[in-house]
Amino acid sequence: MRKITWALAATAMTFAITVGSVQASTLEEVQKRGVLNCGVSTGLPGFSIADEKGVWAGIDVDGCKAVAAATLGDVKKIKYVPLNAKERFTALQSGEVDVLVRGTTWTLTRDSSLGLNFAGVNYYDGQGFLVSKKLGVKSALELGGAAVCIQGGTTSEMNLADYFKVNNMKYEAVVFDTHDATLKAFENGRCDVLTSDQSQLYGLRTHLPKPEDAFVLPEVISKEPLGPVVRQGDDAWLNIVKWTFNAMIEAEELGLTSANIDKMKADSKAPAVRRLVGLEGIAGKGLGLSNDWAYNIVKQVGNYGEVFDRNVGAGSPLNISRGLNALWSKGGIMYAPPLR
Amino acid sequence: MSKSSKKQFWWNNAQYRSLFFQVLLVAMVAGFFWFIGSNTLHNLEKRGISTGFAFLSQKSGFGILQSLIPFTDADSFGRTFLVGLLNTLLVSALGIVFATIIGFTMGVARLSNNWLIAKIATVYVEIFRNIPLLLQIFFWYFAVLRALPSPRQSWSAGEVAFVNIRGLYLPQPLLGDGFGFVTWTFVLAIVATVVISRWAKKRQEQTGQQFKLGRTAFGLIVGLPLLVFFAVGAPLSWDIPALQGFNFRGGMTIIPELTALLIALSVYTATFIAEAVRSGILAVNSGQTEAASALGLHRTKVLKLVVIPQALRVIIPQLTSQYLNLVKNSSLATAIGYPDLVAVFAGTTLNQTGQAIEIIAMTMGVYLTISLLISGIMNWYNNKTMLVER
Ligand SMILES: N[C@@H](CCC(=O)N[C@@H](CS)C(=O)NCC(=O)O)C(=O)O
Repeated sequence: MRKITWALAATAMTFAITVGSVQASTLEEVQKRGVLNCGVSTGLPGFSIADEKGVWAGIDVDGCKAVAAATLGDVKKIKYVPLNAKERFTALQSGEVDVLVRGTTWTLTRDSSLGLNFAGVNYYDGQGFLVSKKLGVKSALELGGAAVCIQGGTTSEMNLADYFKVNNMKYEAVVFDTHDATLKAFENGRCDVLTSDQSQLYGLRTHLPKPEDAFVLPEVISKEPLGPVVRQGDDAWLNIVKWTFNAMIEAEELGLTSANIDKMKADSKAPAVRRLVGLEGIAGKGLGLSNDWAYNIVKQVGNYGEVFDRNVGAGSPLNISRGLNALWSKGGIMYAPPLR
Repeated sequence: MSKSSKKQFWWNNAQYRSLFFQVLLVAMVAGFFWFIGSNTLHNLEKRGISTGFAFLSQKSGFGILQSLIPFTDADSFGRTFLVGLLNTLLVSALGIVFATIIGFTMGVARLSNNWLIAKIATVYVEIFRNIPLLLQIFFWYFAVLRALPSPRQSWSAGEVAFVNIRGLYLPQPLLGDGFGFVTWTFVLAIVATVVISRWAKKRQEQTGQQFKLGRTAFGLIVGLPLLVFFAVGAPLSWDIPALQGFNFRGGMTIIPELTALLIALSVYTATFIAEAVRSGILAVNSGQTEAASALGLHRTKVLKLVVIPQALRVIIPQLTSQYLNLVKNSSLATAIGYPDLVAVFAGTTLNQTGQAIEIIAMTMGVYLTISLLISGIMNWYNNKTMLVER
């Protein structure tokens, strides 16, 4: 609460005082500062979580790293700012962070009335329900009258109301500020159900004292395209973030990985590969970046498939299948416009 | 024509001069706020952030756990404001009552001649005053939750009231036709009691005769309405909660979030009130107590007539700031899911609409108004106790 009030006060002051001045370019600011301020969630396994040593990891964290690799050439030059659902937009609007990669659903209201722009989608998700086995429920349609724990300020809160309304069921929403409190209340039996983006449910489940006592119901009740967000009004920065994520997908399509990119850069004759590593074509010129911007992303972070596997996919404890997040050519909907 | 009147410019006149500077100051302050305001609007618009209060009539589309007025997700964001506001007022008002009771008890107990009682009170104050409130709120919440059974194993009191982890379920009174008479009798009885007590006091001052107010008041306030209640045919039935599906339906519910927040706020604030009460009582010169005892007054009379009226003058200003703190601290509700103004309006509504400036301004306005009201009432009361001085 305190934190959010300060952030809001800061926003109010920024709005009040910047007297129609031209906003400095975010890229210039980041490069001058030498550090990217990146907004992430406070601790979700697979998405963004810090270990005991304070080292951040996750698919969202890798999103931050990719932007840092493209703009600063170094994935270590990042300050991670953990934000809960209610703080995130204010933090971005007020300039506390340069980009927000925090499991944020792309919606019309957010894109059109918060002064923000979505730069793409790094994970196609949908909302689900986590229930305890003891409840003896097999489908979300049996949840009429249930008490539901949710984190406030999320799309989950709204979808929940929609879903129960459409199915003519009543519910009791117990809304918390942080996902810690949400999970703890669920664990203590305050609620029958915990609802959130399905991918996060698998992560949250691993935090329960007895994960095997809870399971995720089959129903997916919404579309949650999660993606990076930037402030509206700096198109150059929007382009940079947008193409950073496109480059990771394109790299996967081309079969470029962090392991083979050096060899491919030296040997490959394929024009698409040569364009991506900056040997041909427009390279970094249009974005105002160095020519090896995309090379740096793949070399230091990896392609989209590597990032997915390592954090949430087969190579991780979450073991989520690619599903919608597979490349378009492999049955999913991950698709990047051509890098040319 | 005299020379002096010729040179009498307006700025030589102290009265005009001070008026001029006051007007100038007001104009500057107004100009400053106008500048900030128009600038903010301009900047918000330029950054593509919605402004204005139109969102208040938009459909809210989310559910709220506890609401003192009817509320569904089809209601507007404006109504979420009301629901949150009422929830804040509820927990604050209850908190003030409980904190005052516990605080006065503990404050007096600390001065008790009984070693054990005094020590217990001291330990209580020292523990709860020194632990951050947010931690206490979490502690009570999860302690309350851990202690309670699941809905299917609810504890029941005579199969009409139930307690489980989802809350306390009580039968709800359904008032029938004619219950209004009972309410009115009750109100009239209270007025009558006040009038009688004034009369009794005056009479005692004039003649020394005492009046047994207690019995009369009991008869008037409890007995009379009861009589009327049965006379109009006992127009009252109960809606008793019953287990249905996951939980109880019907009746009234007191959610555990309210209970936990209320305990935490009262217990924490009461420690400060206890200290205020203790310092207030200690501030009364012991000569006063001794003199009163020497006159042969009973111990309770000494407290009531001599010590407390004087102690109150020290206590009330501190009490005021503790009440203000309690109201403001109630916004920590959002940590444990109690749907107060900050959680519902400055939280969910703000997030769904993105209109931070308007919503935070309204929320601050509410806290400011509540605080000013409490200060106003307490100052009035303070002045009243001060005037009694002779
Ligand atoms: N996709 C949802 C976000 C949902 C969300 O924030 N979920 C919680 C799960 S309980 C979360 O990620 N919490 C992490 C945190 O607060 O750090 C949205 O954009 O509104």
